[in-house]
Amino acid sequence: MNQAVASSALIELSEVRKSYNIGLPSEAEVLHGLDLRVARGDFMALIGPSGSGKSTLLSIVGLLERMNSGSYKLQGEEVQGLDDAGLTLRRRNALGFVFQFHHLLPAFSALENVTLPVLAAEGRVSARQLENGRELLAAVGLSKAMDKRPSELSGGMQQRVAIARALVMAPALVLADEPTGNLDTASSDEVFVLLRRMHAERGVSFVVVTHDPRLAARCDRIVELIDGRIARDEAVSR
Amino acid sequence: MNAWLGFEWRVALRFLREGRMQTLLIIVGVAAGVAVIAYISALINGLQSSTLTKTLGAQAHITLRSPDDVVTPARPVAPGTATLTETQPRAQRLRSVANWQALLPLLEQMGPIEAVSPMVSGSGLALRGEATQAIALMGVDLDRYDRIVSLRSKVVSGTARLEPGEAIIGRDLASDLGVRVGDRVTLQTSVANSNVSDAVRVTALVDLGVKDLNRRTVIVPLRAAQSLLGLPGGATSLDLTVKDVWHASELAQDLRQRYPYKVESWQENNAQLVSALNAQSVSTALIRGVVLVVVVLGIASVLVVSVVQKRREIGILRAMGATRGQVLRVFLVQGAVVGAVGSVLGIALAVLLIWLFTHFVRGSDGLPLFSITLPLATALQVAFIATACGVLAAIAPARRAAAMDPAQAIRI
Repeated sequence: MNQAVASSALIELSEVRKSYNIGLPSEAEVLHGLDLRVARGDFMALIGPSGSGKSTLLSIVGLLERMNSGSYKLQGEEVQGLDDAGLTLRRRNALGFVFQFHHLLPAFSALENVTLPVLAAEGRVSARQLENGRELLAAVGLSKAMDKRPSELSGGMQQRVAIARALVMAPALVLADEPTGNLDTASSDEVFVLLRRMHAERGVSFVVVTHDPRLAARCDRIVELIDGRIARDEAVSR
Repeated sequence: MNAWLGFEWRVALRFLREGRMQTLLIIVGVAAGVAVIAYISALINGLQSSTLTKTLGAQAHITLRSPDDVVTPARPVAPGTATLTETQPRAQRLRSVANWQALLPLLEQMGPIEAVSPMVSGSGLALRGEATQAIALMGVDLDRYDRIVSLRSKVVSGTARLEPGEAIIGRDLASDLGVRVGDRVTLQTSVANSNVSDAVRVTALVDLGVKDLNRRTVIVPLRAAQSLLGLPGGATSLDLTVKDVWHASELAQDLRQRYPYKVESWQENNAQLVSALNAQSVSTALIRGVVLVVVVLGIASVLVVSVVQKRREIGILRAMGATRGQVLRVFLVQGAVVGAVGSVLGIALAVLLIWLFTHFVRGSDGLPLFSITLPLATALQVAFIATACGVLAAIAPARRAAAMDPAQAIRI
């Protein structure tokens, strides 16, 4: 049997090091030989103080940034040596992103934003894929806002569009960077409930970076990063 | 299967629509540049072709004559020997092109040559009553000569006809002699110190476009001129028209090498005009070049700003799975669209400017100064170049966008 299929680990990071400004006086190592494993079906909170390396780790896991050394296996495949096109292809097929500031494209409607990853992958959006986008928007409670531009939506609604967009390519893992950081408490709760529902209904794994201990406590697992090292990695007991 | 550049087109058009005012301004800029290029090209082409038509309308593109008489040394000079001589140049007598009857069909068979016409020309006098005018007498075969200078189109009175005893004369000469179509004029020449004269009936008056020519020209049948100028069976020159007037000089050079005749092209006979036309062409090319550079810089500057403004969007597109190539092409497509839309508007503006010029700019006679048109080929060429410049201008900003670090772009 294929090793990738056999392994239940989605992500396996070992001895990951990442430095910035290499060769300059301001050179700084942000991640110091970090090991992390994310299993299929995980709903993991990544917490830690500012500057602890959370965003860097998320960028490396999201194949948006390269580490300086170490090993990264995504769905059993080592991705460290891949070129930009290879990383883009794997990012497109395996990963979804939700950012703190929604990061929707203002020139596109909610539905167009959701189907943009499909357009990037295939050059066109078929009727079936468009229907899939509509279903996703309906699933996040935005069936009446499909044709609205981001500027016509509230912060919470925009974040729900971003969640639908992250799921449109049916990724194995969604990386959410402070998905509720820019929302009021009510919207924040709504968005988090939605993430949990998507996890339960679609079997997608989530890594959620958050500063909010209340939300972290509602995840299945908490990984705390301090000064570029994992200080805590534990399951949440309920 | 991937729809051809579906993602790139969709995103590029939305980006352009999003930056409405920026897009509008740069399209107007491109349109203005294209309009200037197209209009200047059409204007200079019109001006040059009008000048050429006027200049070449009354003269052959190439004239072939017998070589000048030269004084040859009395005895051969040994190489390396210095000689001190003073030679009086010989007066050039009227001579026929040797063997022109045999040469004429050979010239007619040459590809670049459109028409060949033999001519006997010399000077003489036109007499009527007490009036006497110095004339340039030309003996031609009317049908052949018509193909050289379109003589029939220059007739202002009467019908161009050259039977024996008939003549076509310049409009101003007719006025000076008080002659109308149908009147008779006596032509007088001097051959071997004795006067020869012939009476001819005027069949047509012509306007050759140059006052001096209109005051001196008398055109008679070839045989009549041969008799009047003492050159029976001869032709003092062969007039040629060529298919491409700008190749006349090269063809003249070729003919000089082939035949022992004196061959002159219209360029050699109108050197100042050619210099002026060349200067015009160079100036036009410079203006076109400068305008194109301005267009390129305009598009590039707007796209550079757009790349900076859209850093975050570019980062999101990359995170969503857009490749570097796709991001690059999004900006190249924007450059091409701006160039193409600007070209279409610019060509329309140029057509309007040309219409205004043709309808409102008039000469002292109330007629349009000259005709200008924008040939479809020129319009397409300008539009293609402007669109290509749009893509060229987008290369640097597009590369910058494609090279952007997505993680950093998203964090900003």
